[in-house]
Amino acid sequence: MAEQGFWQRARRHSSFVAGGCMVALLILSACLSLLWSPYPVGDIDIPNKLALPSAAHWLGTDSLGRDIASLLLVGSQNSLLVGFIAVGIGLGAGVPLGLLAAARRGCVEELVMRAADFTFAFPALLSAIMLTAIYGPGLVVSIVAIGIFNIPVFARITRGAAQAVWSRDYCTAARAAGKGPWRITLDHVLPNILSVLIVQATIQFAIAILAEAALSYLGLGTQPPQASWGRMLNEAQSQMFQAPMLAVYPGVAIALAVLGLNLMGDGLRDLLDPRLARQR
Amino acid sequence: MFAVLELLPGNAAQVILGETATAESIAAMEEKLGLNQPAAVRYARWMGGLLQGQTGISISYDTPTAELMAERMQVTLPLAVMAMALTVALALALGVYAASRQNKAGDVGVMTLSQMGLAIPNFWLAILLILLFAVHLQWVSAGGFPGWTEDSGGGVWPAIAALILPAMALAAVQTAILTRVTRSAVLDTLREDFVRTARAKGLSRRQVLWGHVLRNAMIPVLTVMGLQFGNLITSAIVIENVFVLPGIGRLIFQAIANRDLIVVRDVVMLLSALVILINFAIDVLYAWIDPRLKVTHG
Amino acid sequence: MTQVLLDVNDLRVGLPTARGWAQALRGVSFSMAKGQTLGLIGESGCGKSLTALALMGLLPERAEVSGSMRLNGAELVGMAEPQLCQLRGARMAMIFQEPMTALNPLHPIWKQIAEPLRLHQNMAVAQAKARALELLERVQLPRARERLDAYPHQLSGGQRQRVMIAIALACGPDLLIADEPTTALDVTVQKEVLVLIQQLVREDGMGLLLISHDLGLMRDQVERVMVMYGGTVVESAATPELFAHRAHPYTQGLFAARPRLGLPRGTRLTTIAGAVPDLVDLPAGCAFADRCPQVQADCRTAMPPLLTVAPQGPSEESHLVRCPHWRLP
Repeated sequence: MAEQGFWQRARRHSSFVAGGCMVALLILSACLSLLWSPYPVGDIDIPNKLALPSAAHWLGTDSLGRDIASLLLVGSQNSLLVGFIAVGIGLGAGVPLGLLAAARRGCVEELVMRAADFTFAFPALLSAIMLTAIYGPGLVVSIVAIGIFNIPVFARITRGAAQAVWSRDYCTAARAAGKGPWRITLDHVLPNILSVLIVQATIQFAIAILAEAALSYLGLGTQPPQASWGRMLNEAQSQMFQAPMLAVYPGVAIALAVLGLNLMGDGLRDLLDPRLARQR
Repeated sequence: MFAVLELLPGNAAQVILGETATAESIAAMEEKLGLNQPAAVRYARWMGGLLQGQTGISISYDTPTAELMAERMQVTLPLAVMAMALTVALALALGVYAASRQNKAGDVGVMTLSQMGLAIPNFWLAILLILLFAVHLQWVSAGGFPGWTEDSGGGVWPAIAALILPAMALAAVQTAILTRVTRSAVLDTLREDFVRTARAKGLSRRQVLWGHVLRNAMIPVLTVMGLQFGNLITSAIVIENVFVLPGIGRLIFQAIANRDLIVVRDVVMLLSALVILINFAIDVLYAWIDPRLKVTHG
Repeated sequence: MTQVLLDVNDLRVGLPTARGWAQALRGVSFSMAKGQTLGLIGESGCGKSLTALALMGLLPERAEVSGSMRLNGAELVGMAEPQLCQLRGARMAMIFQEPMTALNPLHPIWKQIAEPLRLHQNMAVAQAKARALELLERVQLPRARERLDAYPHQLSGGQRQRVMIAIALACGPDLLIADEPTTALDVTVQKEVLVLIQQLVREDGMGLLLISHDLGLMRDQVERVMVMYGGTVVESAATPELFAHRAHPYTQGLFAARPRLGLPRGTRLTTIAGAVPDLVDLPAGCAFADRCPQVQADCRTAMPPLLTVAPQGPSEESHLVRCPHWRLP
């Protein structure tokens, strides 16, 4: 049964649609905020601080008088950036490593996997915290830290999926025909594991957003005056008694972004490889 | 661990003192840290000290790290235990329920809840919990830890009360993950042939679930629990910060902020030992549950 | 007059499948006397296992069952689940095809045999364990006493199947259903297990419904054979009668397709042209019509009724065939 039109099936899949909409919203906000936001994010307006939602400030202002709606919009840029780069690092380094491990069994594979296991053993956030502590807090450091932790994840997944493909008959046939391992990898292995990688990438994207939010909350991630949802939560906490709603908005933003990505990832998993979709 | 810290670029002393240190203070710090001796010697001295029960001496607090860690564990350990207990109870119940109502309303409800649970940052949930229970309802305080004994201003009940909200926040994400795993493990087990055999014997669906399915489904669930432990620890770091709890999480966070590398090193080592211990315990549990893993005696 | 143990009348089962609604059983009727051995033969997909599952009440929840199945007079269709649970294992028992996976890997053998005993006869643990030992010895499991505490993974396929038989016999059921009990076993072990089943069935006076795709098995093991195709019985007769005279074109094709030793080199194996129909897409008339060498126009309009080839006493013992154009070769 050939693909009955990917988009046709996709449109009927509720998780994918719901998730896709949320992610689209996220991307749209980021793009929009590049061009315009209700107020410039750096605008501090102390006399108007902690204002309630009104026509001028749709969601109110924070403790420094900055417009919440703008902060949220611009914060989406931050989250997307983190996601893309962190996942990019993971894919860029992890996938080749995994492919290498699967193609050249034996001690190369062992080495790569041991290294991956070693990094796994360290709780990820902990090491990210350590790295930011040593190199100083900031967006770049936190992205790199999160990205580094994506590498073993992707290496493992790639190797697992690649191994399964290597053991299939058409790969054996290709080897018998004299094709070299790199050709086989590019021609046969990679196209077949793409779906697994895409699904994992969406998941890791969501994890990256959560991780960056946590780091920013702890003060180790994005630094002011850059907008960051995580840091907004930190600031909101000290204003909990005066302005409880401040703590709600950024959290909702994070949750929606992550939820959207997770749903999309689940949907993609079902759509791209129905054999994987067990009875859900 | 030691190796990792060794490999980090930058002189350890310099890192500790920060960029404003003068050449003299760096030298003094090096002396104190014993950095002027070759790495192997330092490692040997550290391990030797450990084996004799001595750990390093914290730079910022100037007390042996062992004391610090023991003190902080009083908070973190009960917190972790409470969180795990909550998680296991909830996740098993919800997972089994969802599996038994597969694709019907109950299942969909549980799955949606768990999706949301996965998406919510745990520190946000913590803040929300504080908002609801501490600010609005004023049932518990918004943070801080009174201590286990009454002379330090606390008592058993106040201490537990202070840990409830953090435990709930910690448990939320873990429960979401574990519920999904439980559900799929139960569903997979239900498809096995021996379930059909059990029903052919005349066992009702419920009897089959409790007597046959659960134990078998536990195996993958245990695996995930072990993997989640590392996750639990890192979440604890964040949560302890939200609630200002004097636990290990906060200790390490402050140590990193103060560049107290000795504390960092020792705490990380403790945590790693814990992870190894937990995984070992899980392996033992495996063998207990699954006779196929036991060494057969002929 | 021999008691009627099992009386099945126009049993129909429909199942939802990924491709739509499948009418898996389209009217199965037969009856079995107490102590009689009955064989059910057919290819994969003809509905024989489903008949067994329907009898035991083990069909998926969304299956629709209509018609009548009476065990010792009690109507099974529409029976409430708790009552069915009481019958299963106690009055009717089943052994399955895959002994390797049919036992719970985490429970010791004695526990799995004791389970129906404790469930239906309220036996205490010690008593049940003792009875389990007796049963294991009865099914001729070597070193039964040691094996009581063993786990399934420590036994071979044939041994596990013996355990399955012990479990099935535990409460002394009236009906034993064996669904391809030897298909997954080594050839050397197959015969032993079949002989064992025969012996036990005879000793206890149980009715046996033996399901298989193997013709050779049927000859020695059962008194009467029913041939199934496309969800219904197309021919049924006493075993020697069937092996001597076959009336239905499908049965004739089956017998002709058996490879025989001693044929001259180069003889082609006879096959039945075409493929088994998809149960979602069954034709209105005879299911075999598209593959039948004797097909005629009226075959496709409606399902042919069961006709009698050679009446012999009560109808359960006659040679019946579902083909209006049947011919004995």
